[in-house]
Amino acid sequence: MTQTVAIIDYGMGNLHSVASAVSHEKPDMQVLITADEAQILAADHVIFPGVGAIRDCMAEIRRLQLDDTVRRVLAQGQPLLGVCVGMQALMQHSEENGGIDCLGVFPANVQLFKGEAFEQAHLKVPHMGWNNVYQCIDHPVWHGISQDSRFYFVHSYYVNMDDASEVIGRCDYGVPFAAAMARNNLVAVQFHPEKSHVAGLRLLRNFLNWNGQA
Amino acid sequence: MALAKRIIPCLDVDKGRVVKGVKFVDIRDAGNPVEVAKRYNEQGADEITFLDITASHEDRGTTVQMVEQIAAEVFIPLTVGGGIRTVDDIRTMLNAGADKVGINSAAVSNPEFVREAAERFGSQCIVVAIDAKRVSAENEPARWEIFTHGGRKPTGIDAVEWAKKMVAYGAGEILLTSMDQDGTKVGFDLELTKAVSDAVAVPVIASGGVGNLQHLADGVTLGNADAVLAASIFHFGEYSIPQAKAFMAKQGIEVRF
Repeated sequence: MTQTVAIIDYGMGNLHSVASAVSHEKPDMQVLITADEAQILAADHVIFPGVGAIRDCMAEIRRLQLDDTVRRVLAQGQPLLGVCVGMQALMQHSEENGGIDCLGVFPANVQLFKGEAFEQAHLKVPHMGWNNVYQCIDHPVWHGISQDSRFYFVHSYYVNMDDASEVIGRCDYGVPFAAAMARNNLVAVQFHPEKSHVAGLRLLRNFLNWNGQA
Repeated sequence: MALAKRIIPCLDVDKGRVVKGVKFVDIRDAGNPVEVAKRYNEQGADEITFLDITASHEDRGTTVQMVEQIAAEVFIPLTVGGGIRTVDDIRTMLNAGADKVGINSAAVSNPEFVREAAERFGSQCIVVAIDAKRVSAENEPARWEIFTHGGRKPTGIDAVEWAKKMVAYGAGEILLTSMDQDGTKVGFDLELTKAVSDAVAVPVIASGGVGNLQHLADGVTLGNADAVLAASIFHFGEYSIPQAKAFMAKQGIEVRF
């Protein structure tokens, strides 16, 4: 049977890049860009992307009742990949837009890049470009990707490292932050694998080959 | 180990072909944009900028098709600029597969457009392109103004102040071109680059004037640019992207291999 991947569409940003990277790595896979719960729950793999402001993202996720859908996917056990704001939406709380409660799947919080390191070294925000990711925990999605490979990031808010046990990839930009997290059938990455050339495409392929068991 | 400085080849596209640059009268054909973009992707370019310099709107459809083709095969960030004037223009380009759009003249005629675009699509995909020309006399403190319409139309707006304003309106990145240097191959206007880069919190891409690899390095080390953009030195095989990166790395600049 044809394998399917559902890319969750809640109107925030451009899903074309993710879809075309998936098709590039897995030409035989059927790609569905959808907000339909039945389709999402029936898919073999699920990708949860996101760009833009967290308030708008969370409002749309809740309006479309995708918060419940994401929880059902997590319970059902098929592999789920959160990307960028999709990762941030899985945290407890974000300080963006004056403070927004997120889905609370991970107990971590999302904070703005700021403080002395940024002022003194004049580090630019957003953190935009290619940065090294240290694979602090082995995971099937890292398979065949060299330690400290660079991935493409673009974000002003980051997941802090307080709940370090679930961080599988770490990055540093003025502060150390969580570049990748994992739990059971869930992987979440702050960078954009669909824009991260060879390493990013490999990570996507690894995810699509993964059965959701770490 | 740190965030890498980016090298961005720029495709100036006229009627579906890559051309050498806006300022050149003697326009040399540098190939099919899709093929050129793929070559840079394979060479390890950090991003690609596609600048539609076609004067007429009739060829818009060609541009959209090319962006679609590039996006289907090139998995690094793609910025599309040139003629972006409305929210629909932005949506069209993002749907075609662009990751960011460059807004230039439309920002000058209506700054609110930048605010609206950033609110609608997020700052991360809004690049404000600034074409600046030095207007101060030699014995005066340096000052630059914004010019539109390919550098022909003065606006009286101070370039550094304009960059700050655009960031306040939601620009996520500034693409800064020196109209004095563009096409000259004598290097960036480093004083301009540094003045703008130091004045804003968002990344600044230096553009205009690159003739050799030292110019790229200088853009970062002396101009404080976060990324450097060049066209002709790469198009005609004078230098490759890996050569540029090796050269910059030797000068202590963090690059991605």
